[in-house]
Amino acid sequence: MIRVQIPYHLRCLARVEGEVTLDVPAPVTIRTVLDALEARYPMLAGTVRDHDTQRRRPFLRFFACEEDISLESPDTPLPDPIVQGREPLLIIGAIAGG
Amino acid sequence: MSKVRVLVGTRKGAFILSSDGNRKDWQVSGPHFPGWEIYHMKGSPVDPERIYASQSSGWFGQILQRSDDGGKTWAPPGGEAIPTPGPPKPISNRFAYDVSAETGAPLTTHMWYDGTQHPWEFKRVWHLEPSLTDANVVYAGVEDAGLFRSTDGAASWQELSGLRGHGTGPKWQPGAGGMCLHTILLDPSNPDRIYIAISAAGAFRTDNGGKSWKPINKGLVSDFMPNPTAEVGHCVHQVAMHPSRPDTLFMQKHWHVMRSDNAGDNWTKISGNLPTDFGFVIDVHAHEPETLYVVPIKSDSLHFPIDGKLQVHRSRTGGNEWEPLTNGLPQKDCYVNVLRDAMSVDSLDDCGIYFGTTGGQVYCSPNGGDNWKPIVHDLPAVLSVEVQTLP
Repeated sequence: MIRVQIPYHLRCLARVEGEVTLDVPAPVTIRTVLDALEARYPMLAGTVRDHDTQRRRPFLRFFACEEDISLESPDTPLPDPIVQGREPLLIIGAIAGG
Repeated sequence: MSKVRVLVGTRKGAFILSSDGNRKDWQVSGPHFPGWEIYHMKGSPVDPERIYASQSSGWFGQILQRSDDGGKTWAPPGGEAIPTPGPPKPISNRFAYDVSAETGAPLTTHMWYDGTQHPWEFKRVWHLEPSLTDANVVYAGVEDAGLFRSTDGAASWQELSGLRGHGTGPKWQPGAGGMCLHTILLDPSNPDRIYIAISAAGAFRTDNGGKSWKPINKGLVSDFMPNPTAEVGHCVHQVAMHPSRPDTLFMQKHWHVMRSDNAGDNWTKISGNLPTDFGFVIDVHAHEPETLYVVPIKSDSLHFPIDGKLQVHRSRTGGNEWEPLTNGLPQKDCYVNVLRDAMSVDSLDDCGIYFGTTGGQVYCSPNGGDNWKPIVHDLPAVLSVEVQTLP
């Protein structure tokens, strides 16, 4: 199971508490994790990445194992600790706007 | 006894204010969607328990919410928590400009603040206008300016691309708040006629259900434009209509209060004795189609009332002759603004007038503007106010 932490407002929108766990078929990448997240929680479609361009929304960032992977290709395999469920993938909102 | 329900969109969530017909004792529900910007909420005239809400955020984009129980519970249409297997579901927050060869219009550019051309990009829904005849049909006015329609209760949206594509798009430009389509007026006597307004492009009308559109800006004068009387480019802030006289329109423009008696084909200035004719809101009394309300704002550089005195101005003569209404409104040290969608009226026998401020107050006058009282005074900045009159 892949563990994903999403921002407070998206947890409220999806009506979940704490981490989200997802079954993600290999290869485990940002793209396949977001595919699984949006399939499980359709109300989150469009909130992390654009519906059509699939680009990450500019005020969100992705972290894996304390590394910022926001600018990496969405098809880059995620690190083993994420794939094995030992570490969560973090989706974090930029601290902006007061 | 009849009841009223006031739908308030704010910078940090939605609030629903409810009262009986006396409009003295109010119950406050909310915040709904706390932390999100709620640009607009509006109930269906066909089914008042059906309410649509535009929820947005600079971080997470656009969400559409729908309630079928008068605002007690909400859900994104089509976004059920645990989807069932099957074909792809409609997506309630996807507003894709229609560029298909069969039905769409080319995605041209519009004018940017510096006069260069800029790509069209969806940003948010500013205004939701439910159909007068079908609770599942609703229109959305969006930024960058476009008009969308849903026929499945906001579960999916299709652009009426004839508006964006009718030819003058490259001359449209954003106002300070963005290039928003903020006004949608449905003609109750003619289902094929719709009026819309865009800041800063002007007003437009369709007479064939949205297939084709024409600018209706003759008579508007905007001194900030190279050609002050150009066909498009005017910063229209709001347009209002009384349902009994759908050919008569009232407009609060960036500067100037205007009136048309021929469905927007020609406009005349009715600012008259207003202390300033800059402002955002304009509305019409529910039972007196020649009684108008505006909130004069000092200037486009100073978005607050003159001398710190918050005043609604009323004309009982369809414009030109205005009287200040101040009873119950702060008359010193008040520097709030009243944004374009933040005024509404109820349809009780003694018509109630409502408006919200960027200071978080929502005022009600239960007697057509003679006396005012705040329903709430410490909400987040108010973006929109809509009133439902319920049996």
